Amino acid sequence: MALGLEASLGNTVITTKLDAVINWGRQYSLWPFVFGTACCAIEFMSAAASQHDISRFGAEVVRFSPRQADLLLVCGTISYKQAPILKRIYEQMPLPKWVVAMGACASSGGIYDNYCTVQGIDTIIPVDIYISGCPPRPEAVLDALIKIQEQIRGESVLIDRQHDFKGILD
Amino acid sequence: MNATALEKIKAAFPDAICTTALDSVVVEVQPENLERTLSRLKNDPAFNCGLLVDVTGIDYLQYPTPQKVRFHVVYTLRNWIDNLLIQVRCAVVDPQAGIPTATHLWGSANWGEREVYDQYGIRFNGHPDLRRILNHWQFEGHPLRKDYPIEKGQICYETDPLEDEIRSRLFENGIDETTMKDINTEIMFLNLGPSHPATHGAIRILTALDGETILANVNEIGYLHRGFEKTAETRTYNQIIPLTDRLNYCSSMINNIAYAKAVEAWLGVTITERAKFMRVVLTEFYRVLDHLVCLAAALVDMGGLTNYWYLYNEKEAAYDLISRLTGARLTSSFTRIGGMYRDFYEGWEKDLELQLLGIEKGIGDALKLVETNRIVHDRTQGVCVVSAETALSYGFTGPVLRASGVPYDLRKDAPYYNYESFDFEVPVGTNGDIYDRFMIRFYEMAQSIRIIRQAMQHIPEGPINVKDSQVCLPPKDQVYSNIEGLANHFKLIFEGVKVPAGEWYDAYEAANGELGFHFVSDGSGQPYKLKVRPPCFYTMGGFHKMVEGNMIADAVINLSCINIIGGELDR
Ligand code: SF4
Repeated sequence: MALGLEASLGNTVITTKLDAVINWGRQYSLWPFVFGTACCAIEFMSAAASQHDISRFGAEVVRFSPRQADLLLVCGTISYKQAPILKRIYEQMPLPKWVVAMGACASSGGIYDNYCTVQGIDTIIPVDIYISGCPPRPEAVLDALIKIQEQIRGESVLIDRQHDFKGILD
Repeated sequence: MNATALEKIKAAFPDAICTTALDSVVVEVQPENLERTLSRLKNDPAFNCGLLVDVTGIDYLQYPTPQKVRFHVVYTLRNWIDNLLIQVRCAVVDPQAGIPTATHLWGSANWGEREVYDQYGIRFNGHPDLRRILNHWQFEGHPLRKDYPIEKGQICYETDPLEDEIRSRLFENGIDETTMKDINTEIMFLNLGPSHPATHGAIRILTALDGETILANVNEIGYLHRGFEKTAETRTYNQIIPLTDRLNYCSSMINNIAYAKAVEAWLGVTITERAKFMRVVLTEFYRVLDHLVCLAAALVDMGGLTNYWYLYNEKEAAYDLISRLTGARLTSSFTRIGGMYRDFYEGWEKDLELQLLGIEKGIGDALKLVETNRIVHDRTQGVCVVSAETALSYGFTGPVLRASGVPYDLRKDAPYYNYESFDFEVPVGTNGDIYDRFMIRFYEMAQSIRIIRQAMQHIPEGPINVKDSQVCLPPKDQVYSNIEGLANHFKLIFEGVKVPAGEWYDAYEAANGELGFHFVSDGSGQPYKLKVRPPCFYTMGGFHKMVEGNMIADAVINLSCINIIGGELDR
């Protein structure tokens, strides 16, 4: 017995482009890995909690295993001590994967221009979207998510996302 | 109290130079007398300093008045019963040759001295495990030395394996190589973190397990070391306030207030009555928020996700209230030296009361699910017990210490901001297990709400900033209309508040315990040195004492119950 969409479509055949259908799937079920180190992670918690509810955008399945995630959300300051771990986690994520730098620290080192803070995670791993703010509001996290979704819409499964990237740890 | 304490100490240590600074007595000793002095201060019932609050170094290389010896080490001790605060200073002629350790007297000296070694390169002879703690193991040099350039970063390529440390910990606990290799008792090493859902931030917990039982545990911190102390040396006193937000970011305002209070104490500025009341209300409100997040996370770790929403949603609503007041949700930066940034807005009182009712409901709902819940009891009662003696030795303060039965609370023992006139109780635990650490936060929230209501009833009208052109910015209409106002504004912004030369320590009862600031001022508008005494640093230093002998799953909930906040832990 057919229910829902199948019922009204019957035996119809639908044709579409592979890119369109795969991207559609990828866009609305991003599984984030939250690399939360500092204050920004608290604001991510708020973005995930009831009031802002990240599940409205299909990204509520927060994974703590990089092997199950395709969106790396770096929330917080990355110190030099932390950097090799961040890199390892990024490498453990399967392709395709996207990276969001949340907050001033992850984007540029923020207010910490000193001996222990990495001046932006894009010196270690490639970044797709940067969120400004210290900390950014939860709405800004959602905005970044939408931007990633838009970006995915324009991508093709035939083109490898990985470009040559060389960071300070390579 | 100060004068009598000074006399007492002078009589006991006739060959030391004794002075006072604020509430503390400063004893300057020679390296050869250091050990004797410290052990007498700890063991002599007349002093009974059970708590080694903090250890720090000072580098006088660029200090305007030249000092005979470049490095000094300062031990801050406290006898909380008699409210006695003693700082023992010792000159270090040769940092390589070092000074004797205090690790045999207090457990907290272990991490405290490691930090001094890491940041200043001063050795402590006899220390069991003297290695870096905040900076990574491939780091060269010592960043808090004045000749280390602030922006000179050093790349770390690999994490420290920690293998030697866990092995030596196993030996200490009486497990030798043969037991480790025996097929029946073979030991498994399990590493949690630094990026692991159970660690709530960046801490690394390495355990050696027999089945699920933890035989030995070592922890690595410093993953969120952001150079607070070095950065503070390049900022004016008011510019440091935003940095303090990011220490314990779950209760940012408490840090703001504690910091401002410490600076004002040395300046000799007494803030207005209204500002005092505002600070009490906001401290207690943030204490509630801090505990809410801690408990919500602890309950998630125990498997109670529903509770999380009850508690966290209230915190989220409270953020809306806070952003109406301060303009920011998380990082408030709401104090200024000499007062507050703004007064409460019109209607704050009503909003606050509504929010308190919401919080009370959330707490009630969550408690209904856990208070008599068998699973919660089984998982927490009698688990990860820490005795009062161990807790004091490791420098625990705040709720974690009180859970072990020690009623030390600065709000009662060394009151400030009229705390003595508020009617509230300090909840104290009996067993020092996870259950006590967990429930004590629930009870403290109720007490904090009590204080807030009393304070809101008695808060006087009036200005929120002191009228002192050397400390507070002039009103805007004066800046725009007359030259004195403009010059005053300009000088305060560019040069900062000038703080008289000297050294002092001031502490505050923050959500996690004693939050202290140790300043060295050279008389300019920027601190020469600023050391934070972070409560959870020392709690984490005693973590192995809580979890060894318990199960790995207990370690996870224990970690969430002691509320380790990376920003404060690693600074
Ligand atoms: S950007 Fe600001 S809020 Fe975010 S981690 Fe850095 S200091 Fe904290």
